[in-house]
Order: sequence, then C-alpha cells, then structure tokens
Amino acid sequence: MNDQNSNTLFDVETIRNDFPILSRTVNGKPLIYLDNAATSQTPQQVIDVIVDYYSNYNSNIHRGVHTLSQEATDKYENARHTIQKHFNAAHAHEIIFTSGTTHSINLVANGFASFLTENDTILVSALEHHSNIVPWQMLCEKTKASLKVIPMTSEGSLDMNAYDELLLLNPKLVFVNHISNALGTINPIEEMIEKAHKVGAAILIDGAQACPHIKPDVQALDVDFYVTSGHKMCGPTGVGMLYAKESWLHKLPPYQGGGEMISEVTFEKTTYAGLPHKFEAGTPNICGGIAFGAAIDYMNGIGFEAIATYEHELLEYATEKLNAIEGMRIYGPKTDKTSVISFNIEGVHAYDIGTIIDKLGIAIRTGQHCAQPIMDYFEVSGTARASFCFYNTKKEIDTFVEGLKKAAMMLR
Amino acid sequence: MNIKTIKDELIDEFSMFDDWMERYEYMIELGKSLPIIDSKFKTDDNIIKGCQSKVWLHADLENDKVVYSADSDAIITKGIVAILIRVFSNQNPDTILKTNTDFIDEIGLKEHLSPTRANGLVSMIKQIKMYALAYQTQIGL
Repeated sequence: MNDQNSNTLFDVETIRNDFPILSRTVNGKPLIYLDNAATSQTPQQVIDVIVDYYSNYNSNIHRGVHTLSQEATDKYENARHTIQKHFNAAHAHEIIFTSGTTHSINLVANGFASFLTENDTILVSALEHHSNIVPWQMLCEKTKASLKVIPMTSEGSLDMNAYDELLLLNPKLVFVNHISNALGTINPIEEMIEKAHKVGAAILIDGAQACPHIKPDVQALDVDFYVTSGHKMCGPTGVGMLYAKESWLHKLPPYQGGGEMISEVTFEKTTYAGLPHKFEAGTPNICGGIAFGAAIDYMNGIGFEAIATYEHELLEYATEKLNAIEGMRIYGPKTDKTSVISFNIEGVHAYDIGTIIDKLGIAIRTGQHCAQPIMDYFEVSGTARASFCFYNTKKEIDTFVEGLKKAAMMLR
Repeated sequence: MNIKTIKDELIDEFSMFDDWMERYEYMIELGKSLPIIDSKFKTDDNIIKGCQSKVWLHADLENDKVVYSADSDAIITKGIVAILIRVFSNQNPDTILKTNTDFIDEIGLKEHLSPTRANGLVSMIKQIKMYALAYQTQIGL
C-alpha cells in the first residue's frame, strides 16, 4: 500500500481530522467516500457555525430591531461579502443567495423569458447536467425561441469549431458548465465567454463542479452569470449563489414575489426592493448562507492552489491504478479535467459494482449522473463515477481499486 | 409447490451463509437460473421503472397460474428478480396478491427493500402483483 502523499503542500491526515464523518464505518468497514462530485463532506468548523447559529442567535434577518436579528443579519451579510471576495465580484449585491445551482439557473431562465422571442436562439453545451438543460427547454417552450446544442467530441470535450459556427446564429444566450459533472472535463470558458460577447450574447457558467477545485474570478472572466452550490464545497445543502453583473440584475424581473423583496406594497402597486433583495423573496436559508461563507473560509484556509495540486496527484494516481484493471474503460478527456473518473469495467454493470463496493464501505456514484445525453453519446446505460476530494488519500484509492477487483471477480 | 414451502426453502438456503459476500454470490448464482423473458417481450414497454439497471418482466397465464419471466442487464438485479420469480411464479393470482415479502428481510437482503433504493425491488414486486391482479380479473370475467 502506498500512502506516500508526497509533493503535497498540506498534511492530509490533519485535514481528515476536521471531518468527523470520515471516521465512521459503513457495513463494518472504514468509510471511503468517493462521491464528492455529488456532495462534499462538512468540516467541524462549518458544523460549529451551524450549531452556533441555532444555539445562540437564530432569528429572522433584516428589519429586526432586536439584538439577535441584528447579529444574524450581520453574519448573513458578512457571508455575502465573503462570497463576493472569493469570486472577486465588483459588488456584494451582485451575489444573490439561492437554494443552490438549480435555483440560480431557474432564476435567470425565468428572467430571460421576457427578453426572448421566437426569432431568438440560445445555445447549451452537450456536456450539461439535466439542471442546465431542462430550465432552458422550458424557457424555449414558453418563448418559442430555439435551443441549439454545442456538440462534444469523442474525447468528451466541447467541439469549439461547432461553437464558432453556432455563434453565427447570433444567439442571445449561451449556457455551459465550467466543469462537466459526468466526465470532469474543464471547458475553455474564457474563450467561450469572449466569443459569446463578440456576437452580443450573454453567457451563464454553471460552476457547481468547478468551485470545489478552483477559484473563479468573475471580473477577470467577464462572465454575465456564474452559479454554484454550497454543498459541493464543504458547505450545507439547500444554499447556493447566483453571481450576476449589476446591469443584468437591474434588467431581470424578480423571480418570486413575497416578503424581503419589496420596497412598498399597496394593492395598486408594489415597488421592488433594491439589489440583492429584489431576488431574495421570503425568509432565506439564513444559517445555510452563514455556513456557506464559513465553508469558503475553510477552503481558502487550505488554499485552492494546494487543493488543486493534491487532487491532481490523486487523479493521476487513481487513473494509473484503475487502468491496470482488466477491461477498464475511462470516459472523458485525458487532460484538462478535475478529479472525477467516470468508468465501466467490461462485462460488469455499474450498478453491480456500486452495490458490491458499498458493502466494502466505499461510496461511489453509479448511473447516468443526471447527464443522459452524455451517456447516450457514449452508448452506455450508465457509468460508475469516483470523484476525489482533498481529504481522500492514496491509501483509500488502493482500497478502492482492490474493492473493484474483488467486485469484478464476483460479477464476471 | 406451496408458496410458504418455497419461502422457507429460500430462508434455509440463505441461512447457510455467514457473510454478505457469500449471500451475494449465491444471489448471483440464482440469477443464472432465472426463466429468461422471450426476446419478443424484451421491449421498452416491459421495462420496470425505478431501477438503475434495466429489468424486463413478463407474465403468462397457464392453467390459471401466473408464470413469470424476466431479465436484467445487471447481475445482482437478475438475482433479486430470480428470487422473486421463484416465490411468485406458478401460483394462482389470489395467492400472489396475498403473499407478503417478509422473506426478503429473513434472507438477509433487507437493505434492498427500502423504496428509495435504486435497484427497484419495490417496483418489481408491484409489477409482479399488477400482473396477478390483471390475470385475476381475466379469470373472474
């Protein structure tokens, strides 16, 4: 067994101690959690923030004159600043708290319904998660605009020549994920954003899979919309964010009506609140927002450069070990990818693999990964997917590989 | 054979194994004895929804008894459906409808019984009973 986590900038064992869940057992074996692309685990530092909120200052935010409400408001707005700083947004009010990536995308799609007509085109990439396909299909049904797909190459990367051609249609909007959840492909978003802007298209980047691994700078990217979820980056579920350029937030109509998002209400007319509250109707996930901020602080404490270096090392190690298994097929690009490995073992169903290795305490994902078009492209009914986080170790990868061999032996 | 006898037989067979691995290996073995669905019935219409793997199920009525056949592209799922068919096949519709699935728990495969599991065991049982209900109605007419 090789547990020499050499060349790393941090001590993985110390980091593992931050995550209480990593010391539990599953089916009598130590948990090996390799389903990080679905959700990441939560460090004690973030759990403490959640406990502190409910133990000490749980109350409704904004407008409350009492101390608890003011404390909660301060922490919630501080979290917004943390997120703003992290993504380098120009203003804190360009960060809209949402329930997650899917909510963020729906908010933008809903807003664009009033801008599109049947003569308009929108582009979506073939590498998308269902959550970044369905809202646009619904938008196109509503507005009669046409939805075109940027195809993918056999390597699992986007076909950039086809993208250039599709841009000749003068689309109003382009939607692409920063990193594909099913394959781990890193898309060339800088180039895509620049080209979209040249033809006057707005562009939304789904960063759900990117943010656990890299730190995007929304101003440097000059992106119109960038969305992500807290639970992919060591935060809780049910909270996420939408970054949008201020000018877009003024243009977009509110998504939901309710409290918090209004300035004045009479039965004749309602004036909407200013940014960001215009898009934050109702009592938000206050604790979630604060914990999301704490999760970002936690990750920055480790450092994204160190995270990327270590995860890349894990990816290379795992890829080499997996390739040594007979009948192994790994899908997606060989380079330009994050620590996600989507694979099948010849003659064995992914579901069977997932079931057997769960018995060994190993958590991976099997199925279509909410990306049926990608599965159709590779003509497979599904894949097994292992995704690594900075708290995983090479020793865990060794156990995972042994588990796969055992499963393949049983199942063939 | 009486459905109770078949259930007891299965519980007996599975009780011989000490660990999960042996139980799964036996389940995979049972999958090999599955009465395979005729290819003409292996259509999308006969796929059971709610399974991560594909499961096709078909049933015929022979001498007032329901005879099931199935297939799956996953080997563990094939084992699960084989166990179900061993219990439910060749019984009259009334018996099938009245039979509960406690034996799944007793053979140590309880984890598959949760309706949220991706294997679709619950959907399979539902489909088996739907066929029984349909044939019961047909016989009664």
